[in-house]
Amino acid sequence: MEAFAALIDALIYTRSRNEKLRLIAEYLRATPDPDRGYALAALTDGLDFKAVKSSTIRNLLKERVDPVLWSLSRDFVGDTAETASFLWPEPVGAVAQPPTVGEAVDALSGMTRANAMVELPRLLDRLDSAGRYAFFKLATGGMRVGVSSRLAKVAFAQAFDVSVDDVEEYWHALEPPYGQLFAWGADGEDPPDTANMPLFKPFMLAHPLEETVVDLADFAAEWKWDGIRVQLVHVAGETRVYSRSGDDISATFPEMVTALDFPAVLDGELLVRGNVQGGDANDLTQGGAASFNALQQRLGRKTVSKKMLAESPAFVRLYDVLSADGEDLRSLPWQQRRQRLEQLLPRLPDTHFDLSKVVEAEDFEQLAQIREGTRDDAIEGLMLKRRDSPYVAGRKTGLWYKWKRDPLLIDCVLMYAQRGSGKRSSFYSDYTFGCWDGDPDQGAELLPVGKAYSGFTDAELKKLDKIVRQNTLNRFGPVREVERTLVFEVAFDSVHSSKRHKSGLAMRFPRIHRIRWDKPVHEADRLETLRALIRD
Amino acid sequence: MAAPFSWIRPEPHGVHVVPADAWIDPSKAVDRALVTHGHADHARGGHGQTVATPETLAIMELRYNTRDGATPVEYGETIRLKGGVDATYIPAGHVLGSAQILLEHAGERVVITGDYKRRADPTCPPFQVTPCDIFITEATFGLPLFSHPPIADEMAKLLDRLEAHPDRCVLVGAYALGKAQRVIAELRAAGHSQPIYLHGAMEKMCRLYEEFGVDLGELRLVADHEKDDMRGSIIISPPSALNDRWSRRLPDPITAMASGWMRVRQRARQRNVELPLVISDHADWEELTRTIQEVDPHETWITHGREEALLRWHQLHQRRARALAMVGYEDEDD
Ligand SMILES: [Zn+2]
Ligand SMILES: [Zn+2]
Repeated sequence: MEAFAALIDALIYTRSRNEKLRLIAEYLRATPDPDRGYALAALTDGLDFKAVKSSTIRNLLKERVDPVLWSLSRDFVGDTAETASFLWPEPVGAVAQPPTVGEAVDALSGMTRANAMVELPRLLDRLDSAGRYAFFKLATGGMRVGVSSRLAKVAFAQAFDVSVDDVEEYWHALEPPYGQLFAWGADGEDPPDTANMPLFKPFMLAHPLEETVVDLADFAAEWKWDGIRVQLVHVAGETRVYSRSGDDISATFPEMVTALDFPAVLDGELLVRGNVQGGDANDLTQGGAASFNALQQRLGRKTVSKKMLAESPAFVRLYDVLSADGEDLRSLPWQQRRQRLEQLLPRLPDTHFDLSKVVEAEDFEQLAQIREGTRDDAIEGLMLKRRDSPYVAGRKTGLWYKWKRDPLLIDCVLMYAQRGSGKRSSFYSDYTFGCWDGDPDQGAELLPVGKAYSGFTDAELKKLDKIVRQNTLNRFGPVREVERTLVFEVAFDSVHSSKRHKSGLAMRFPRIHRIRWDKPVHEADRLETLRALIRD
Repeated sequence: MAAPFSWIRPEPHGVHVVPADAWIDPSKAVDRALVTHGHADHARGGHGQTVATPETLAIMELRYNTRDGATPVEYGETIRLKGGVDATYIPAGHVLGSAQILLEHAGERVVITGDYKRRADPTCPPFQVTPCDIFITEATFGLPLFSHPPIADEMAKLLDRLEAHPDRCVLVGAYALGKAQRVIAELRAAGHSQPIYLHGAMEKMCRLYEEFGVDLGELRLVADHEKDDMRGSIIISPPSALNDRWSRRLPDPITAMASGWMRVRQRARQRNVELPLVISDHADWEELTRTIQEVDPHETWITHGREEALLRWHQLHQRRARALAMVGYEDEDD
């Protein structure tokens, strides 16, 4: 537990992603099984113990510490687990060795709410303050040390010098403490047999097209839809839905689980029918019929109500097929996979599946015109896929490109600036900007509409930093309120209504497009301009 | 005869010693001030007369550029004030020159601690327990969660990190009076003999410590050196400079901060600290409560800090205590 506690504390204070990777990799190499596997699960929120909740910890402490002193301390610290780690009375006399992570996990799994109050102290008495903190976090979940499951997988790959795509694939086959994963990674044993498991296969991804021009003889074009990329896997009678990051989101979209009933791995865009964006809700063919806001409503839910299923049903617009009827198709050229996909379509219910159309164009120029002319807000842009490309994990140069529609632009006024992190921590590099809620000459106010921290050069950053410091009106911790003097031309992908923001809207992917040094602030855009662009 | 202890009166701007017409650590200018130590929240400028240790007076001179009305008192020395009040200055172990002030009048004894700690500090003599009737204490770290680890552990953490990153530097934010010099002296005690680099704001105070015989080893100014000179070195700056533009001249600094507040993880994160060093010049909870038990006063008065919890402790231990609600004492960077 000491090494795990030290890892947690090191991660808390580390902002650099590389340093986090290094710390985790080092821990994974140095720590024996099953501790390292459980630690990995704990970092990625893969452990859940029903018997220990925050209230358990509070009750435990209130039996041992004066309740007034407990409350005053808890208020000061702001975190129950941390406060408890400080206030737990140090045991008197000889103390047994601290438990290993594995031992702690075993004990926690065996606990009930009834016996937790007796069992927990036995473990806590063997730990120091940092150990108790790590233990409480392990027991109650929610480490919040800035480690995503992707970061953990990359760290594993770095630790044992294996491919992260392989890690991704095997990871999902196994349960904590991932014994076979370590046997394969660390000891070079055979990888887990995954043939009969409904496993996630890493996605094939695209590069931005940027200045490239492609020959349509070699490349096919299809629409890129504005939903979430998913993979549906059916193996041995079981169906799973995976997100882009490989998370199992089957429970969030149960209608998709029942919709696929033969062995296959399908790649597509999950969309939700709802308030229509420029189309007909009942038009099940192409375009329209998809609402990003309705999709947002359904994301992140562990259970879905019947009402929600009826009002905002999900469907998948298919891009590709990775395997069908037990046959791995990934090495086939895209052209052939596309044929196989079209052949599969009649076997899939048309209420839950359709096909992302191939966009036909004479040449690249005509394709550009089609892309410009599209009115459908569910379309993010175009995908260009080499007709002979196999399905390979990750981003391989020259195979797939994404060609997004030109972003929307609006002029906003800089209002607040916040220090960045890592290398940028001495610069004010995160900017909040606003639009006028009326005519600025008639006393209108600026309302914040978004936040961006990218889109400028290092030289511009230095200049912006200087402007922030010279025009500070107020300080709130790391944030400075800035005198309204500077206009940003902000690019964004779309804008949606939002109850959470005072302006009533939220931009997607805002970034600084240009700094309008020349533009007077009163000429910045008004909220109504932005509102007119709302697509819900 | 006057009521017991009517001669000493807590006011919002300091403790008033009525017959002597003197104030302890007043937060506004007065005719006669008894000053416990040189921190700005205790030692304000502009008093008619200032009674303090020679070290504290030197610190105040450095800050306010005047020695007007300076009246030095050595540790252990007693001076007679107006109205039959005797004042004795006793080491408080907080920073160079810091003193508790024992006041005696009409057979009654009052001790005002100023700020203090009970740990050893190579830059000042240790706190002495002085029996009294009224003990007027600080409570900066007056919550049971505060437990300062042994400073040797924190030095080891710092030196380990330095060794692991020979081409970077460790930038330690430390209060310019006391904390900075203690950290330097403890680094020397831990065997770190390399030059230590200073932010310009630290220089004069370090020199003053050296004049009073505190050996700080070789000190250099950041401003006099190139980035590459400072690789693998420790740099000391005021906490306010940690994330400042100033730090851009340093070679890829690892940000550390020496403060008792670093015990709480979120506090360290809020300040962008990568290496929290839990080092304080104040008493932690155990030291506060142990001190009160050892002094065993008739009554405790609490000047500043987290007085609520310390009041509760008194209640739980059947001891008398009151909080004074003083204004103007800050402890941000301790
Ligand atoms: Zn002080
Ligand atoms: Zn103080």
